Amino acid sequence: MKIKFIAMTAALAMTATPVMAKTIKIGFINTFSGGAAIYGKHQKDALELALDHKGRKIGGLDVEVIYGDDQRKPDVGRQVAAKMLQKDKVDVVSGIIWSNILAAVQKMVVRDKTFMITTNAGWSHMAGKGCNPYFFSTSWNNDQSPEAMGKLMQDEKIDNVFLISANYQAGKDMLTGFMRNYKGKIAGRILYRLGQRDYQAELSQIRAAKPNAIFGFVPGGMGVAFGKQYRAAGMHKTIPFYSVFTIDYLSMPGWGKNAIGTYSTAYWDVSSKRPDNQKFINDFKKKYGYHPSLFAAQAYDLPFLLEYAVSAVKGDLSNKKGMIKAMEKVTYLPTKGKFSYNTNHMPIQNFYKRKVVADANGDPQVVTESVVLRDHKDAYYKQCKMRRP
Amino acid sequence: MSLLLLLEQTLNGIQFGVFLFMISAGLTLVLGIMNVVNLAHGSFYMLGAYYAATIMAWTGSFILALVIMLPAMLITGIVVEVLVLRTMYERDHMDQVLATFGLILFFNEAVRMIWGAESMPMDIPAFLSGHVDFIPDAPYPIFRIAIIIAGLLVAALLYVMITRSRTGMLIRAGASNRPMVGALGVNIRMLYMVVFGMGAVLAGFSGLMAGPILSVEPGMGEDMLILAFVVIVIGGIGSIRGAVVASIIVGIFETVGRSILPALLTQLMSSDAAQSMGPAMSSMLIYIFMAAVLFFRPEGLFPARTG
Repeated sequence: MKIKFIAMTAALAMTATPVMAKTIKIGFINTFSGGAAIYGKHQKDALELALDHKGRKIGGLDVEVIYGDDQRKPDVGRQVAAKMLQKDKVDVVSGIIWSNILAAVQKMVVRDKTFMITTNAGWSHMAGKGCNPYFFSTSWNNDQSPEAMGKLMQDEKIDNVFLISANYQAGKDMLTGFMRNYKGKIAGRILYRLGQRDYQAELSQIRAAKPNAIFGFVPGGMGVAFGKQYRAAGMHKTIPFYSVFTIDYLSMPGWGKNAIGTYSTAYWDVSSKRPDNQKFINDFKKKYGYHPSLFAAQAYDLPFLLEYAVSAVKGDLSNKKGMIKAMEKVTYLPTKGKFSYNTNHMPIQNFYKRKVVADANGDPQVVTESVVLRDHKDAYYKQCKMRRP
Repeated sequence: MSLLLLLEQTLNGIQFGVFLFMISAGLTLVLGIMNVVNLAHGSFYMLGAYYAATIMAWTGSFILALVIMLPAMLITGIVVEVLVLRTMYERDHMDQVLATFGLILFFNEAVRMIWGAESMPMDIPAFLSGHVDFIPDAPYPIFRIAIIIAGLLVAALLYVMITRSRTGMLIRAGASNRPMVGALGVNIRMLYMVVFGMGAVLAGFSGLMAGPILSVEPGMGEDMLILAFVVIVIGGIGSIRGAVVASIIVGIFETVGRSILPALLTQLMSSDAAQSMGPAMSSMLIYIFMAAVLFFRPEGLFPARTG
């Protein structure tokens, strides 16, 4: 029995080609439990759909995805990543919604010379001084969407804007990004407590300041509550709501009709008639029964990005230099369309003005109206001094 | 800040306070009378909102949601009492905390599996939508006035029940001397089951009132649970009167504090620092107040013995 086993392993070892790995292992870290599990659901569903579309192969290799739940806690994210690197020996660590979790995970992954591809979190440090050849993004840097919003409100000459954002790092980044392009008057500014649910006091304050519009960053359930209360106070009739990362198909079930008439800016041209984009949206709706969010779009692009890298090195995953070079040259991904990678491995892409309108059934629908920033670069790439292997 | 805005913010604070009272009432009953630390109270609040949102999605009726949700919450509460809490009465508080914390995790994930991770839609019913103008230029949502009325009704009902009815008398007797009440032939087990069920109903009712203006989502109870504990500690554990007073104080502190403090702090420091210190300090205020109350009156403002 034992001899037979040894013989079999020997035979197997001989048939395996020494250079070619048969599978590419992706460690996908996301939030799959707790109040923010909706992000993990959108991204996992999108990744699985992308793999279906690719016949479960990337660059001719089989794909194994190991999912890890970070429970929205940096320390847990770190543990999950360590296990993926040491035990599962993954080739790529990806996913990651929150900047603070990315901060806890990224360094460990790139030090191991393993690829770290964020499908959401975009912390400015990693676009600037903390950039790394093994780090890529399929999303954006935190403050780019609010930069677009600042430009939009400046261009449309909407003066006297009231700003409302969450009192933590990302919330402040949103306002900094907004102020980079907006030069008009500020009617007032509120930083609310993260996790806050009742906004009546804030709404009273906003109304008393008599602004022409609100710019807000109120993500997730906080935004849903804000939207209901904004509507209940009748303020949608007089003070329009402009936002980033607040109203998207992810939060739409909760926002419902309250979202109609609001504006936002984002990188994803959801209305694009490009066949790849339509295929993604239609097949996603068919398979899962709900509309994909921009977070889903970001995860959908991941296997397509890896495809370029793996086919360029003909499946030799140890040729990391070749993989980096190939990914740097990528100029097309299914949900982004044409774009390019900057010297810091962040996408140079368009940002769009989006509006929520009522569709034929009266249900809310996000449509893109125009390009606000064309081929937009983040504000930090000049600080990035990348030392390639 | 104008006087009218201050008036409006005070009204906002009272309204938020009444809302907090609805959540705290059940918690203070269960902790005060049964001496059980029930962290899962926030989960009952969440379940109430989910039950109501589901019934509203099926029937479109808020009243029907109310009528069906209340007995459903009573049953849920009783089932949890029989399965989990009943074995915990004789144990110390730490065991109860662990067990009910486990319930939080269980209910959050159960809700996520049944209803999904996204927010569940729930709108303000048509007959309570719209607003009234009793402060000039500040239309006030009718639904928030409905919350104030509902909260005051709950307070009155509980007060009468606990101090004037026979059941209330038995509950108070059971709280002060459990074996004696048992020896007198009262089914104390049954009594506790009813009290716990009532706690769940109260939590569920506040969930129903929260649904149309907050987000109905997994884990929605945790944010409220901490404030509810602050309220019952300040008010005196087990005291309905204490819960009323404390929740209004906390509501006003929270609301008026976070709208005034940033403006006040701007006088002292740069506007940026004031903007981020303001909300942090206003939420600290409540805890400082709680610490002060505990220092001068360790049993809270209205110790339960006085009702």
